[in-house]
Amino acid sequence: MAKKTFAEINEKIKKGEAVVLTAEEVVAMADEQGLKATAEKVDVVTTATFGPMCSSGAFLNFGHSDPPIKMAKVWLNQVPAYTGIAAVDAYIGATELAEGRDDYGGAHVIEELVAGKSVRLKAIAQGTDCYPRKELEGYISRESINEAFLFNPRNAYQNYGAATNSTGRILYTYMGMLLPKFGNVTYSTAGQLSPLLNDPYLRTIGVGTRIFLGGTQGYVAWHGTQHNPSKARGENGVPVGGAGTLSLIGDLKAMTTEYLKAAVFKNYGVSMFVGVGIPIPMLDEDMARFVTVRDREIKTTLLDYGVPGRSRPTLKVVDYAELKSGFVELNGRKVRTAPLSSIYKARQIAATLKEWIERGEFMLQEPAAPLPADATVKPLDVKELD
Amino acid sequence: MVKERFTFVFSPETYDKPITYHLVKDFDLKLNILRAEITPGEEGHLLAEIEGEEDNLRRALEFLAAEGIEVIPTHRQVTVRQEECVHCGACTAVCFSGALAMNREEWKMEFRPEKCIVCGLCIEACPLRIISVGFGGGKAGEA
Ligand code: SF4
Ligand code: SF4
Repeated sequence: MAKKTFAEINEKIKKGEAVVLTAEEVVAMADEQGLKATAEKVDVVTTATFGPMCSSGAFLNFGHSDPPIKMAKVWLNQVPAYTGIAAVDAYIGATELAEGRDDYGGAHVIEELVAGKSVRLKAIAQGTDCYPRKELEGYISRESINEAFLFNPRNAYQNYGAATNSTGRILYTYMGMLLPKFGNVTYSTAGQLSPLLNDPYLRTIGVGTRIFLGGTQGYVAWHGTQHNPSKARGENGVPVGGAGTLSLIGDLKAMTTEYLKAAVFKNYGVSMFVGVGIPIPMLDEDMARFVTVRDREIKTTLLDYGVPGRSRPTLKVVDYAELKSGFVELNGRKVRTAPLSSIYKARQIAATLKEWIERGEFMLQEPAAPLPADATVKPLDVKELD
Repeated sequence: MVKERFTFVFSPETYDKPITYHLVKDFDLKLNILRAEITPGEEGHLLAEIEGEEDNLRRALEFLAAEGIEVIPTHRQVTVRQEECVHCGACTAVCFSGALAMNREEWKMEFRPEKCIVCGLCIEACPLRIISVGFGGGKAGEA
């Protein structure tokens, strides 16, 4: 087939002629019409995920008070925010807990800001000649502050291990509640709809890629922390278990609580559901092969969270068709499975992104730079103190 | 005569007590077991409808409490604020009665209160904290 470029696809989007399918729809089309026809007819495939992503947070600039203050410590609804940057800049991390609470944190503050609610700001400072004020307390909102942008160091994991528990007690984890003696299995990926599983070598996704983030347009800022493209892959190129990651940025003021939601995991802490959608251009037949990946072809490791070490033992390799069927076989038993990332919401995001592109409101952005293709993840091996 | 539904919660210690025998024989109650679940947390749940004299029922409940068996009247019902649900599925991981389950076509979480044994696990499992247990529901006999 003739290869397509980003520019050619954008031209079609502008004219309202681009053919856009979701990553689920494109599988159905390939089943009916074959790979070649699919590659030729389709221009863009939309992918999405809506799962708890701890590595999230927002930069805020509060504006200057009179007299001005150089904030040394900041709390938002009693959640500490990091302010070791300029006078009235701060970063509120999603997992930071409100002092004295375990069910309210930075993710809730972010959600309340997005909802347009007032948030209580408290700041203290040492007081300087140029910033004499030492204390400040009052309410701010999305409207009253200068910038507010989401900046998430690690989102959209390419794949992620499924979890189970061999011990005799309930484990409370970021993978949900794991019942004793292999009582259940949880998994946290949208499978064939998930962004980085549809472009396993990140050919079309890089620095500057325009995406759907939290209900508005955002961008890939960088590769995510712990980005690990060196992970073992299946024949189809899809990594088996957690691999590539993205660092994402977008205007918090334009986001909606529909796609950004605080989450509480008992005895673990606070996290945040983040809605991410990524359009993948059908550049050639290789891309057609990638975007038509099916749940049964995506494999991941089933890990025992009952073992507290860094390398949890892999009990077996499972595929997403099995995981999504509701049961997996483990030690000759059928064990119930449950998702943690919402496929329902992911479908909504993929459909919304498709609409934006069809209406010519969302153009594809060719990456300014590729993401590292050979990075690995180091463990933390500190030199012990003498 | 009264007729009411209860969930009995057994701990590992109270597991093997022959309580149905006592309820029938000592308190002259009619017992209809509707569901029994063993949660692999070493807890057992029994949903039963009990019919008998009001006074006998009251004494029977006292007897069960003394035996260390928790009794939850099922007019204490689990409610889900479904309009806020994001259909993540986290609650379905712990619901062994199948009251909370994913519809695997639409991938929406569906709640069937009639299957619920009020074990309470889902309340902790929902990351949005939209599941609670309250007294709002109807009593046995009211469908
Ligand atoms: S209390 Fe929750 S987890 Fe337990 S049976 Fe009812 S719905 Fe299921
Ligand atoms: S855990 Fe909560 S938000 Fe998730 S599906 Fe269940 S009720 Fe809905």
